[in-house]
Amino acid sequence: MAARSEPVARSLAALAAALVLALTLGTLVAVALRAEGFAGVSAAARDALWFTLWQAVVSATLSVVLAIPVARALARRSFYGRGAVITLMGAPFILPTIVAVLGLVAVFGRSGAINASLRALGLPEVSLYGAQGVILAHVFFNLPLAVRLVLQGWLAIPAERFRLAASLGMGPGAVQRGLEWPMLRGVLPGAWLLIFALCLTSFAVALALGGGPGATTVELAIYQAFRFEYDLGAASVLGLVQFALAGTAAALAWGLARPAVFAGGLGGTVRRWDGGGWLRVQDALCVALAALFLLAPLCAVALKGVAGLFEMPGTVWAAAGRSVAVALGSAALCLALTLPMALAARRGLWVQLVGVLPLAASPLVIGTGLFIVSYRWVRPDEIALLVTAVVNAVLALPFALAVLVPAAAEMRAGKGRLADSLGMGGFARLRLVTLPALRRPIGFSLGLAAALSMGDLGVIAMFADGDTATLPLQLYRLMASYRIEQAAGAALLLLALSLTLFWAFDRGGRADAGA
Amino acid sequence: MKAPLIAAGFALVASTAAAETLTVYAPDYFASEWGPGPAIQAAYEAECGCELEFVTGDVLPRILLEGERSEADVAIGLSQDEIARAGASGLFAPHGQDVSSLTMPVSWEDDTFLPFDWSHLAFIYDERTENPPTSFEALLALPDDTRIVIQDPRASAAGLALVMWVEALYGDKAGEAWERLAPKILTVTKGWSEAYGLFTEGEADMVLSYTTSPAYHIMAEGDESKKAAIFEEGNYLYVELAAKLASSDQPELAQGFMDFILSDGFQQAIPEGNWSFPAKLDPEKLPEVFRNLPVPATAVYVSAEEAEALKADAIETWRQGLSQ
Repeated sequence: MAARSEPVARSLAALAAALVLALTLGTLVAVALRAEGFAGVSAAARDALWFTLWQAVVSATLSVVLAIPVARALARRSFYGRGAVITLMGAPFILPTIVAVLGLVAVFGRSGAINASLRALGLPEVSLYGAQGVILAHVFFNLPLAVRLVLQGWLAIPAERFRLAASLGMGPGAVQRGLEWPMLRGVLPGAWLLIFALCLTSFAVALALGGGPGATTVELAIYQAFRFEYDLGAASVLGLVQFALAGTAAALAWGLARPAVFAGGLGGTVRRWDGGGWLRVQDALCVALAALFLLAPLCAVALKGVAGLFEMPGTVWAAAGRSVAVALGSAALCLALTLPMALAARRGLWVQLVGVLPLAASPLVIGTGLFIVSYRWVRPDEIALLVTAVVNAVLALPFALAVLVPAAAEMRAGKGRLADSLGMGGFARLRLVTLPALRRPIGFSLGLAAALSMGDLGVIAMFADGDTATLPLQLYRLMASYRIEQAAGAALLLLALSLTLFWAFDRGGRADAGA
Repeated sequence: MKAPLIAAGFALVASTAAAETLTVYAPDYFASEWGPGPAIQAAYEAECGCELEFVTGDVLPRILLEGERSEADVAIGLSQDEIARAGASGLFAPHGQDVSSLTMPVSWEDDTFLPFDWSHLAFIYDERTENPPTSFEALLALPDDTRIVIQDPRASAAGLALVMWVEALYGDKAGEAWERLAPKILTVTKGWSEAYGLFTEGEADMVLSYTTSPAYHIMAEGDESKKAAIFEEGNYLYVELAAKLASSDQPELAQGFMDFILSDGFQQAIPEGNWSFPAKLDPEKLPEVFRNLPVPATAVYVSAEEAEALKADAIETWRQGLSQ
C-alpha cells in the first residue's frame, strides 16, 4: 500500500462508497419508507425469480467462456483492423434495447439472414423467441464486455514474462499454465459477476425475445408493482431480492477469485513467441466469428438508419448534444469516484459488494427513490440531466472498478514500492506513477462510462420533460409516434456518437500501446 | 415546436417569474413534438393568456407519489383501467363538462374523468394476409403458424386492454382462449413501440394496435397496405381521459383547460397528433382518411369499476394461459 497517499485516497474512497450506497440501498429505503404495507411475493414474481436466476447464470457463463478464446486471440495477434474490432466491442453493450432487439431480429429473426439461408438450404428454421433468444441477446450484449475485461487482464501481463517464457522454451501449453491461467483465475470471476448482475436486472430484452410470460424477470415484476399496482412495498421487497442475489454472487465470485499479481514489468510492448501454426488459424477463426456475431446486427442497425439520418428534426440533434454533455460529465465523475476507491482498495469483499450493487439495482427503484427524496425541494425536470449524469457514473462504476482495482494492485506491487522508497506522494506521485501506470484501464473506464450514459433511458424517465430529452428518449418518442424510419436514423446517430466517445477515451486496447 | 424558450435554459427563473402557469402532467407521446401537445399548448395559451407547461412521465404513479403536494393542475392521458384507482385517491376534482353529446361509441357517465380521445383496439395485418380474422373467435382459430405480437399487460396499456377484451368476451373461459392463442403468439413486448417495430420489420404477421393505426400509414406514408382487423362482435374500446387536481393552485386555469378539452381547438389536434378519434368533434371536421376508416359497428366495453375489479385475476389468467 502506498503509505503517503493513503489518507487522502482513503477518505475519497469512503465518500465514493457512501454515494454508491446512498444511490442503491438508500433509494430502496426511501421507496420502502413510502410503502403502505408489505405483502408477500406473488406467484408470478416467484416464477420470474427462477427464470431470472437461471438465465443470468447461463448468459454470464456463456459470455465469459466464449470471451476467453476471443480475448486470447486479440491479445497474442496483431492484425490490420485489430483496434477497430476492439473498439466495436464496446458497441452492443450501450444500445437501447429496442435498437439492439431490432438489430438481432434483422439477423436471427424469421425474415433475417440466417433463417433465409437455412430456408434456401432446406434446413429447419431457428426461432429467436424463447429462453434461447433471451440468452442469445444477453450474450450479444455482454460478450464484448467480457472480451474487453479478459483482454485487460491479458494486457496486464508484463512483456518481460512472455520474453522469459520464450527464452525458457515454453510452448503455448506451458504459457497457459504458468501465465495465462493464473491471470484468468483473477479476472474471470469478476467478469462473470458483472455480467450476471447485468442479466439479473435485464427486462425489456428478456421480454421482447422471451416469447411470453414464461420468460419474465424480477425487474418486470418491479415495473408492474410501480406502474400498474402503485405498490411501493412489493417493489422494494423485489428490489431487495435482486440485491440479495447479486450480493450472494459477489461473495461467491470473491471467494473463487485468486488475483494474480505479476509485479514489476517495465511496461514495454508485449511480443509473443508462442502460438504459431494451427493456433494462428484458431485465433483468426475466433476473432472472425465473434466479430461477425457482433457486427452483423450492428450493421443492420446502421443500414436501416442511413435513410432516416437526413430526415431528423433539429430537436433530435439538440438531444444528441445534451446526451454527449451528460456522457462527458458522467465519465469524469465516474473516474473521480473509482480512482480513489481503486487506489485505497485491497480487493476486499466490500469493494466487490459496492462494485456490484449499482448493477443489481433496479433503475426504476433508483429513479423513484431519488424522486421521493427530492421532489419536495426541487422540480424533477430541473435536475434531470444532473441526475442522469450522476446515476450513470455510479452505474458505470462496477466496470471501472473491475479494471482499475487489479491494475492498481499491480502498480502498488511494482512501481509503488519504488515510489514509496523515494518518499513520493501527492500530486507528483499521481502524475509520474499512478496515471501513467493506470492509463489503459482509466481510458477504458472513461470510454465505458461515457458510452453507457449515452444509451441510458432507465433512470431519466421519472425526471425528464420535453426540454431535457436525451437522444434515447427522443428515439423512443419517434417510435411511439410511428416514425420508425426517423427512429432508425436516431439509433444510428446514437450508435455513432457512443462509439466515437468510447473510441476517443479508450486507446488502451491497441497492440502497440507501449508505456 | 414552440417550446417556451425560457424553460430550456432558465427553468429556475421560469418557475418563479411566470405568475400564471398551468402545469399539465402528460405521457411522453402526448407532449412530444410529434404528439398533439404542442398544437394544444399553442391554442390554449392564445385563449387564456397564460403559460401551459407539460411535465412528462408516468402520470398517475407520479401523482400518487406526490399526493396533495403535486405541482400538477391537470392530468391527461389516463386510461380506462386506471381511473377507478385514481378516483379512489381523492386527488381529483369534478370536470364540470356536459358529456351528453360526445362523439364516442358509448355514452359517458363519469363526472371526474373526461374523455378526450378514443380508438378501438385491433390486430393490424398486411393486406397480403389471406383470410384475415373477422371475429375474435376467427382469430383464435387461425392456423398455429400465424405469428402475432402483443404487449405485456403488466407493462403496457394496450396489453392490459387486450386482457380486458378477452375477459369481456370469454369471462370464465378466458384461460382457454389464451391457451388457444398461445401457439400463435410470437412474443410479448414491454411496450407498443417494440411490438409495432417487430411488425413493420416483417417479423410478425399481426400486431396488437389500434383501428386508427392504418390512418398514419395512409396519411404520412401514402401506404395503404396496413389494415386493421374489424370484428363482427365489435372491437375493444380504448378511451383516454383527463382530470383536474383538487389540490391545484391554479383552479381557474385548470377549469379553463377542462372546458377547452371538448372544444374544437383541442379536438382537431387529436387525429393527426395522437392518431385516434376525438371525443367530441363534428365528423365533417375530421380528416378524410379518418372519415373513411373502417371501424367496427359496435364496441366491446369494460367499465372502469369492472376493469379495476377484474385486473389482477385477469392478468394471472393471461399469464397462466400463455405459460402453458
